[in-house]
Amino acid sequence: MFLINCPYCGERDQQEFKAGGEAHIERPKQPTELSDDEWAEYLFMRKNIKGVQFERWNHAHGCRKWFNMVRDTSNDEIKAIYKMGEKPPSQ
Amino acid sequence: MTKNLRVKSSEYIDETNRISFKFNGKTYHGFKGDTLASALLANDVHLVGRSFKYHRPRGIMTSGSEEPNAIVQVNPGTNRTEPNVRATEVEIYEGLEASSQNCWPSVEFDIGGINNFLSPFFPAGFYYKTFMWPASFWEKYEFFIRHSAGLGKSPTTTDPDIYDHRTVHCDVLVVGAGISGIMAAKNAAKNNFKTLLVEEKNELGGSTIYENNEFNKIDNKAPSEWLKKEIEELKNIKNLEIKTRTSVAAYHQYNYLLARENLTDHLEAKDKTNKIRQRLLKIRAKKVILATGALERPLIFNNNDRPGIMLSSAIKKYSEFYGVACGSKNVFFTNNDSAYESAISLYNKGINVEAIIDIREQSESKIVKKVKEAGIKIYWSHSIVDTTGYKRLNSISIMKLSNDGASVTGSKISISCDCLGVAGGWTPAVHLYTQSGSKLKFDEEKKIFLPNQNTSEQISVGSCGGDFKIDEIIKNLNQKLKDTLNINETDLDSIKVEIDQENSKRNIWLLPSDKPLGKTKPFVDYQNDATAKDIKLALREGFRSIEHVKRYTTTGMGTDQGKLGNMHALGIIADTAGVKMGELGTTTFRPPYTPLTFGTIVGRNVGKFFDIFRKTPMNDWHVENKAEFENVGQWKRAWYYPINGETMHQAVQRESKAARESAGILDASTLGKIDIQGSDASEFLNRVYTNAWSKLAIGKCRYGLMLNEDGMVYDDGVTTRLGENHYIMTTTTGGAANVLGKLEDYLQTEWPELDVYLTSVTDHYATASLCGPNSKKILKKIIPDLDLSDENFPHMSFKESKIGNIQCRIMRISFTGEHSYEINVQASYGKDLWEKCMEAGQEFNITPYGTETMHLLRAEKGFIIVGQDTDGTMTPIDLQMDWIVSKKKYDFIGKRSLYRSDTMREDRKQLVGLLTEDPNEVLEEGAQIVSELNQSPIEMLGHVTSSYFSPNLNKSIALAVVRGGKDMMGKKLFVPMENKNINVTVANPVFYDKKNERLNA
Repeated sequence: MFLINCPYCGERDQQEFKAGGEAHIERPKQPTELSDDEWAEYLFMRKNIKGVQFERWNHAHGCRKWFNMVRDTSNDEIKAIYKMGEKPPSQ
Repeated sequence: MTKNLRVKSSEYIDETNRISFKFNGKTYHGFKGDTLASALLANDVHLVGRSFKYHRPRGIMTSGSEEPNAIVQVNPGTNRTEPNVRATEVEIYEGLEASSQNCWPSVEFDIGGINNFLSPFFPAGFYYKTFMWPASFWEKYEFFIRHSAGLGKSPTTTDPDIYDHRTVHCDVLVVGAGISGIMAAKNAAKNNFKTLLVEEKNELGGSTIYENNEFNKIDNKAPSEWLKKEIEELKNIKNLEIKTRTSVAAYHQYNYLLARENLTDHLEAKDKTNKIRQRLLKIRAKKVILATGALERPLIFNNNDRPGIMLSSAIKKYSEFYGVACGSKNVFFTNNDSAYESAISLYNKGINVEAIIDIREQSESKIVKKVKEAGIKIYWSHSIVDTTGYKRLNSISIMKLSNDGASVTGSKISISCDCLGVAGGWTPAVHLYTQSGSKLKFDEEKKIFLPNQNTSEQISVGSCGGDFKIDEIIKNLNQKLKDTLNINETDLDSIKVEIDQENSKRNIWLLPSDKPLGKTKPFVDYQNDATAKDIKLALREGFRSIEHVKRYTTTGMGTDQGKLGNMHALGIIADTAGVKMGELGTTTFRPPYTPLTFGTIVGRNVGKFFDIFRKTPMNDWHVENKAEFENVGQWKRAWYYPINGETMHQAVQRESKAARESAGILDASTLGKIDIQGSDASEFLNRVYTNAWSKLAIGKCRYGLMLNEDGMVYDDGVTTRLGENHYIMTTTTGGAANVLGKLEDYLQTEWPELDVYLTSVTDHYATASLCGPNSKKILKKIIPDLDLSDENFPHMSFKESKIGNIQCRIMRISFTGEHSYEINVQASYGKDLWEKCMEAGQEFNITPYGTETMHLLRAEKGFIIVGQDTDGTMTPIDLQMDWIVSKKKYDFIGKRSLYRSDTMREDRKQLVGLLTEDPNEVLEEGAQIVSELNQSPIEMLGHVTSSYFSPNLNKSIALAVVRGGKDMMGKKLFVPMENKNINVTVANPVFYDKKNERLNA
């Protein structure tokens, strides 16, 4: 069970949170201009890295805020947490 | 008369408090402070159980939670009975009953013992190999296997006890209260760390508390005396909480640990009542100090499992701590010095020690000299090659070991004895350490796995960290504490330690016998009856991975999880396969370290607290009026209201007719309600719904369909514009939380520029849906001042009004196709509103209806239910709802996906109506639909999603999804069932009132 440091509430138990998949995938501003392949790239393709991964998390049973997490999926070490819109820390 | 083997009074045993208990039906006596094991040993009872596979007689082997043999059924036949309890962990109390397991008719005479003589036919993998053929016989095999397998008996009646959960936060958690744990906890607490010390036994001090080796001194005192003083001082330390009888079961990442606190298991039945039996502590610690100690290893030799063969350290504990002699003619068998300490301990109490068999060539430590001076015979370089005694050890045979340790030579010497203490060295208890995700390293010299790479804030101190001698323990503990607590000085700085301990050890994983391995029984896993022979067989058959060998031979798989024999199994594999043990790795230690009861895991979440449920404000009325309920998400919803013994079908038919003919009322409080405010609220709705919202006038309602980004229908509901920048959205009952989550996601991450605020108000409003041609008259009676004319209050519009003093929001919207109103009031007035409607509607025979009738009525109108008629693969186009998808809007969630080649296929499954040839034939929901009956394999075109007998149309109706269904209007299809094929015709999904005339009726 992770201990997650919500950037708005502080350290809370993992059961208060929901994982939201890979981070920094921006929704295309003009979806209608995209080819099927380009749209599929946004819609379906995820990296699913074994190692350091950038993820979105939601404090669903707390402040309901979304934020980003850098997590090593091989050992579940949380390396960084930062707010939506903030630049990811350099590795 | 049974023998009494008490040798001296012990301060841990209260001889003034005599306790009687029963074991296998016979009454025995012990004292307060005894465990079941120590009390039985004091009565000279060694035989306590039978082994799992061969039903060999087995005795008490250890004095702790690593016990593989002495597992008993406690309080059999009562509602508090518990199987697989280790006799070494049961504290006795007046009235305790226990019995042996895995034996029939009794532990003394067990018919299954025949398996022992048939053992050549039960090699590793016996079951896998034998019961494979012929496959059809498996059912017969299974019957017998299930009857012969299994250890204890589960309780069959309701557990009378209360269990509890508690969350604990601390700066430092210390696991284990031996010398290291106590000193760690003391120093942490003294340095202002909020400290929790947990110990699985009822006494603090570990093995040091009875350590009386005269050659070891701490501050010029015997270690036991010194430690007692330290424990005494703990009482005065602030910031320190101590929990005894508390066993850490699991160590998860981020220093999250689960521990079981045992509160009443040691009490008499009369004192257990109305108390919490066990409590699960959910501990989150900033730092964890593991002081879990080490487990003594047995030695693996022929017939090493007889009752009377015990760990040397256990014999010492029974003698020193419990004041019990385990035998009257004792022999020790060792590969290191620790057996000599046990021997001296017995000798000092006047207990006879016949001999020590040592596989080493010699040792020169003071304790060895002392043994020699005591006149105890030592056989150097000897090994035990066999033992005798079926239900109790009566002799051993020894022979001289060859120099390489691989064989024995010379003549056999037989020594008569009734108790044998084996000492094979020590294995650090690293189970919890590895559970935390941290990694071990094998020390080839010491032949132990040691903590290596920590993944969380933790340290391992004392013998679980590889320090076995008191001076090493103190020195390394001191340094580790300074580093981890970031402090400069500790109580340990000034401690003076004198010791005489030698680490000399000769390691032979599998000791040789004069007989070949095939003729001997050297047990590696006692509980599962896995021998060295089984392990070698597995290797010969090609198993290489330690995890595979474990599963094939069942080594390490019992309730003890192989705490004793795992290292030997690894050693034998490494020796046989010619690899280094470090390269072999170890099997995974999984939680729980010691078994947990289901009660502890579940805690208070039993009975009606098992799962959360939600009730509407009108729930009491539904209960009083005998509604049947169904679960929708977490909600309890009224399903139908049977009267005079009606079946569900009869009730639903009556309710459906009444709603269309006069008036019906539905509790719609469970629908999700989201309050949306902000200057960009309209723009936000434009983006999340498929249709356009900007032009919706204030006071008007609109139905909306919400898609996922993949174009599939996600949710639907009516949204009302309450003000310029204020909307109230309704969602499906089950989808409410997810819809809110999804909307928040888009707002916070994709469109943070939008000025929109979302609030869930589902629980704040109660909703009564009034429907039918007389609904208007009923509402008029409740709110006489409100103008209900179609001009002032048309379909799809909203009014704010008052019922008496109660503020209410009324939407004229309809899910049934009838003229209807949804009346929302503050939740606390919900039941009041409902009763007012019932009273006003009495003259119109207002009929409460439940979810089943609601589903039927909407199906007559062809309205979909998201999640019933859709399943996450349906686009609005598939649902023939093209009308709701705006062509003009530039973008909305899922729009682009509606133009993907896959979603534009003509042969997708599409929603259609189905009519049966026989109007009385009601299709089964989920039934498959085909067009050809004589195909093989038959091609499935789709399935029935909703199906009812419509009382208003007097025929069966159904909704279905059918591949290419849109273009199949009027086509005849088939629904093949088990015994018949039902002929159906594809129809318009709107079966009733196609022109929507009833909305304004």
